Amino acid sequence: MLLHAKSARFTIWAFLAAALLLLVGAPLLVTFMAAFAGSWNGVLPSNPTLDHVGGALATDNLSSLMVSLQTALFASLLAVLLGTWAALCACSSPANSAVSRVSDAVFHLPAAVPSVVVGLGLLTAFSKPPLLLNGTVAIVILAQTLLVLAFAYSTVSAATRDADPLIPLAAASLGASRLRVLVTIRLPLLLPSIVAAAGLAVALCMGELGATVMVYPASWRTLPVTIFTLTDRGALFDAAANTLVLIAVTVTVLAVIAKFRGKTAVR
Amino acid sequence: MSAEVLHKPAPEYELPVRNSSPWRAWLWLAVPLLFVAAFFIYPLLQIGAQSFLDKSGAPVGLENWRYEIASPAVQTAVGTTVKIAGMSTLGALILGTFVALALSFVPFRGAGFITRLIETVVSFPSFLIPLAFSILYGRTGVVNSVVESLAPGVPPLNFVNDVPGVVLAEVAFYTPFVVRPLLAVFSLIPRELIDVAASLGSSPLAIVRTVILPAAVPALAAAAGLTFLLTMNEFGIILFTGAKNVMTLPMLIYTRSIVTFDFPSAAVIACLQVGLSLSVYCLYRWITKKLSGAHHAAAR
Repeated sequence: MLLHAKSARFTIWAFLAAALLLLVGAPLLVTFMAAFAGSWNGVLPSNPTLDHVGGALATDNLSSLMVSLQTALFASLLAVLLGTWAALCACSSPANSAVSRVSDAVFHLPAAVPSVVVGLGLLTAFSKPPLLLNGTVAIVILAQTLLVLAFAYSTVSAATRDADPLIPLAAASLGASRLRVLVTIRLPLLLPSIVAAAGLAVALCMGELGATVMVYPASWRTLPVTIFTLTDRGALFDAAANTLVLIAVTVTVLAVIAKFRGKTAVR
Repeated sequence: MSAEVLHKPAPEYELPVRNSSPWRAWLWLAVPLLFVAAFFIYPLLQIGAQSFLDKSGAPVGLENWRYEIASPAVQTAVGTTVKIAGMSTLGALILGTFVALALSFVPFRGAGFITRLIETVVSFPSFLIPLAFSILYGRTGVVNSVVESLAPGVPPLNFVNDVPGVVLAEVAFYTPFVVRPLLAVFSLIPRELIDVAASLGSSPLAIVRTVILPAAVPALAAAAGLTFLLTMNEFGIILFTGAKNVMTLPMLIYTRSIVTFDFPSAAVIACLQVGLSLSVYCLYRWITKKLSGAHHAAAR
């Protein structure tokens, strides 16, 4: 619409295609091809092999994948629970009351601090009494929970602000108890945003590296950490194969999570 | 709110949501608040405390701070962090504005698919990009081996584990963070406005400058602030490029604590980084609040 000349439009499209290829296409395509490459010394990879992907699904790397999956699911569940809870509290108070301002400030804060510092903090605070968590699975889950809590909170609280405040009020005026209004009206209305928050949290947790690399015990190594050690050793094709598996599993989990959203009727 | 209102869900016609007393709201908020206090605020305070102790845990006053602030490594790291974040943000803003403009105003079949693709990529791990860069452009990467076989003697590409490689990877990863809010704003601009401007003789560039971009200023400022904050805190991308001479503050914190186990030093640097990040964050909140307020006022 902005450009009517065909040549100008084609020039813009050519630039756009180049930019997108560099941004999105090249990393995905290269990772995909490298995962199946025996060697890559020409323009295209040669000696196609399934060894790297097979290796990514063998004992050690497979257990890394399971560790990542369990950590991400636990951490996301906790983050979505706490984030939804806080968002509901904040929206039950007037918009510029102390409650909603404090919760807005506090629950956005962990996202503003580098993940490395979140990890260092947990390591410093919980390597000594009263609470010893260093070397446990819990510290990895806590680190990831904190990092995605802000995203969960802001996704759900944005939805509470857009929600029609008269619907729960109508239910209450008809005599429904607070609990009943919460369970049968407010939460179902927020379900799409809760599901979206869960998906985002899982995706972020699956790829989390900064805090995890600070706190993980040797017995609980997530897949991104494994991929980093492979890259560091120069085993780039194995790293690519593991990354591909990580992305495939993440996309599958996200698709499963999105199914929950499909059951609510949103008008 | 008085206590009677609590028990009578009387039809209040003002704002319906304030039917709970403040102390009750605080009580409910206490559960998630305690979680953040215990596992985020308390650890940050512990880092602060650690910065005044030596390796054996004995108090040393301001010794660590004096040493680290005077050390060239830390000073360089602050500069590198801001420089990398600034260049990446600028790159992402330019590229993101172009991509969003092209997708919204020079539409083509498949633009919707591309938009969805960009939204998906945001949820991929950030290290995908530096990994692909290493495979493609690394010292023993594809491009170098092709160049070597075609034209032996040409000096090999070697930018991936240096500043340009890090900046390019960050631009590639953070551009979608600029594209998404811009697409949302652009979709609100009435098409008639552009047609009218064009019929009055404005060139496409003038329309972009005088009609489209002014409407996008709050979104652009917010995206710039967020991207700067995130690139300043970025760790995974830099770690994966293996750039030894791109020592940003997060990299320095990692190296001091996990590689050399110098926790007092890491604590001081972490305090510096938190101070810097929170300043940028507060500035970002202030600017977005101010700009969105001004925008609403102008609209009315």
